[in-house]
Amino acid sequence: MRIQISHDTIYQYANPPAGVIQILRMTPRNHDGQYVSAWRIDISADCRVDAQEDSFGNLTHTFSVEGPVSELNVHVEGEVDTDDMHGLVRGAIERFPPALFLRETPLTAPDPAIRDFATAAKASAKADTLSILHALLTAVHAELTFDVDPTHAATTAQESFAIKRGVCQDLTHIFIACARSIGIPARYVSGYFFRNDGVVEQNAGHAWAEAFIEGLGWVGFDAANKISTTDAHLRVAIGLDYLSAAPIRGTRYGGGDEALTVRVHVDQAMRQVQG
Amino acid sequence: MAVAFDEMTGQDGTIRPAYKELSSWLGEVRPDVLDYRRREAELLFRRIGITFAVYGEADSQERLIPFDVIPRIISASEWKLLSRGLEQRVKAINAYIKDIYGKRESLRAGIVPEDLVFQNPVFRPEMNGQKVPHDIYVHIAGIDIVRVDSETFYVLEDNVRTPSGVSYMLENREIMLRLFPELFSRHRIAPVENYPDELLATLQSVAPHSAAAEPSVVLLTPGVYNSAYYEHSFLADKLGIELVEGRDLFVKGEEVFMRTTQGPKRVDVIYRRLDDDFLDPLAFRPDSALGVPGIMSAYQAGNVTLANAVGTGIADDKAVYSYMPEIVKFFLGEEPILKNVPTYRCREEKHLTYVLDNIEQLVVKEVHGSGGYGMLIGPTADKATIAAFKSKLKSQPANFIAQPTLALSTCPTCVDAGIAPRHVDLRPFVLTGKDKVRIVPGGLTRVALKAGSLVVNSSQGGGTKDTWVLDS
Repeated sequence: MRIQISHDTIYQYANPPAGVIQILRMTPRNHDGQYVSAWRIDISADCRVDAQEDSFGNLTHTFSVEGPVSELNVHVEGEVDTDDMHGLVRGAIERFPPALFLRETPLTAPDPAIRDFATAAKASAKADTLSILHALLTAVHAELTFDVDPTHAATTAQESFAIKRGVCQDLTHIFIACARSIGIPARYVSGYFFRNDGVVEQNAGHAWAEAFIEGLGWVGFDAANKISTTDAHLRVAIGLDYLSAAPIRGTRYGGGDEALTVRVHVDQAMRQVQG
Repeated sequence: MAVAFDEMTGQDGTIRPAYKELSSWLGEVRPDVLDYRRREAELLFRRIGITFAVYGEADSQERLIPFDVIPRIISASEWKLLSRGLEQRVKAINAYIKDIYGKRESLRAGIVPEDLVFQNPVFRPEMNGQKVPHDIYVHIAGIDIVRVDSETFYVLEDNVRTPSGVSYMLENREIMLRLFPELFSRHRIAPVENYPDELLATLQSVAPHSAAAEPSVVLLTPGVYNSAYYEHSFLADKLGIELVEGRDLFVKGEEVFMRTTQGPKRVDVIYRRLDDDFLDPLAFRPDSALGVPGIMSAYQAGNVTLANAVGTGIADDKAVYSYMPEIVKFFLGEEPILKNVPTYRCREEKHLTYVLDNIEQLVVKEVHGSGGYGMLIGPTADKATIAAFKSKLKSQPANFIAQPTLALSTCPTCVDAGIAPRHVDLRPFVLTGKDKVRIVPGGLTRVALKAGSLVVNSSQGGGTKDTWVLDS
C-alpha cells in the first residue's frame, strides 16, 4: 500500500509569545514492510531546524522561533510504501534490549485494578505469549469505550482505566501497563493509520503498542482497532510512553491562550490517480 | 553493639597523636570561654544567613544547622589513604556510567544485574549512546565515609547527582579561624579555602570543544525555594560566576544562551543543582517550570557541558551501591581501597529472609531515599515501626537494602552537659576535570547531636564540625 500523509499542526496565539521552541518526532524511518519514498517538514516561521536522532533511534527535528509569533504551522507531508507484516517489526533500529521496556513510567504505571485486569486476561488465554497478548488486545478493546472528551495528553493509564474511556493514546497506555505488569516488554508507537472505511480526514495521528515476544521479536498491537498492525499502519516513533514518542513537544515563552488545530489527512496514493 | 572507636581517644582511651594538641587545649580552656565562643559562632552563622529548609515539616521554614566548635581531625597518613581511595572510587564510577550508557560491558559480564539498571527510574534512556565532553560524567562527587576503628573506613554512600554541603565546609573553617586563632597556631592544617578555585578550574577544563578559549560557566539553581539555595548563591559568588534560574537561559540552534543586559551570551558549562527530572520540559517532566526547554538537544549536540552529567543516579542508587566493589575491580582491575559496608540486597530471596529474621540488628534503607528519609534503624526502633517495615519489605523487597548497624566513630562534641562523644561521618568532595582529580583536604563532618544517635543528616537534627587534615 502507498500511504500518503499530510499533517498540519496549527497554533494560533491570542497574545503572540516572545518565542517558541519545539522538538518534533514526525519523520518515519525505513524497516521491513515500510519504505519512505518522500517526506518533508515545513515550518511556517523563519527558523533553523536541527536534525538529530534520539536515544530510541527516532529522528528528531528541533527548532526555535523568535517572536512575536501570532501563528505557527508545522506541516508534514510524505508518501510511504507499506507491506502487511502481520504485526512483525523487523529491520527497525533497536537501541535497547527488550528489558528496558518493562520499566514503569508515570503514564503507564499500573494500579491494582490494571494488574488484576491483566492477570485475568492472561488466565483466559493459552500459555504462550502471543495468545496472551491477543487476549489482552481483545480485553482492552472491549473494556474501554472510545471517547475523545474525557482524556487529554497527560492522562495516565490509571485515570483512563478508571473511567473506562479514552482515545488511542489511552488504550495504548493501558495495553502497555497491562503487558509490563505481567512481565512482557511493551512500548509505545506513534504514527498514522489508514482507515478502510473511506474516512481520510482525521483530527489526530494514531498510536498503538508493540510487545516483545521471545522468538518473534517486536509485534504491533493496535488496541483501538483490535488488530495487529498491518500495511495500514505507518510507524513513526517509538518510546516508553506517549511522552518519549510524542510527535511534538514544545513550549513557548510568554503569550496568552493558544488555539490548536490539527488536520491529518491519511490516504492511499493510488486513489488520487484512479479518481 | 561494640563500644565505638573515638577519633580522639581510640578504643583504649589513649589520646591519638593527631588529637594531642586539641586534647590539651580542651583541658586548658575554661568552660565559660568555650560556651561564649559557641554562642558567638551561632551568632555569626545567623548573620551570614547560612540556612537550609527541611522538607516534610509543616512550617518548612529555614533553619540553622547546629555547628559544633570542636574540630574533627584527620592525620596526614589517614588522609593519604582516604584520598587515594576516593580518587579510585570516583574513577571507577565514571568508567561505569560511561559503560552503562555506552557499550554495557559490565551488564554483559554480569557485574550488575540488567533489570537493576534498565528498570531503575534513575537510568535515563535519553543518555544512551550519548557522548559527554571528555567522557566525564561525575565532575563533583560527595562520598560519605564512616569509620569504625583505627584502620577501617567504609563508604556509606556515593552522592554523584547534585551533592551539597560544601558551603558548610568552607563556612565552618572561616568561622573557626575567626573564633579560635590560638588553636590554629598550634596546628599545621591543610587549607580548604582554595575549593572554589579548584571547582572553577575543574568546570572550565570540561568545557565542550566548541567553547571559546575562556569558557563561560554558570550555576543553575532551582531557585530560592530549594533547600540548598543558600549554597548555590554562596558558591556562585565564590566562583565569580552567574547564578541563573531556568528562565534566565534559552536554547537556540542547539546552543544555550544566557539573557544579559548586553544581549544573549553563549553558555558553555552549567554547574547545575537542578535534578534531571526538572532539567528540560521537552525531554523529562513536561510540567517542569524550573528547567530550560531544549537544553537536552544542545547537550546531545555537544555544545554544552552539564556538571554533573544527566543520568549519574545510576551509580549512586542504593541498590547499585552494593555492587561497587565489583565495579571497581571490573573497570580498574584493582582492589578497592575503601570498603563498602556489607549490604543485604532484599531483592534476593536469601538476603530478604536474613533481613526479616535479624531486622532488630540492621539498618534498613529505601533504595531511592536520601537525606535519612525512609530508613529504619533496627536497634532503636519500636515494635510498631519494625512491624510496619517488615510488611513494606515483604510487599516490595526490591525497594530495600539492609546493612549491619555500624558503630560509627565518635568525636568529642559540646553538649549541654559539657563535652561528650557523638557519632560522626565525613563527606569529602571529589572534583574530576579533564586534566586531573582534585580533592581539597577535608570535607564536611556531620555529627549526630543526640546521644547514641547514628543519624547525622541535617534534616534529622544533625550538626556539623570543621574538619582538619593535618599537614604533617
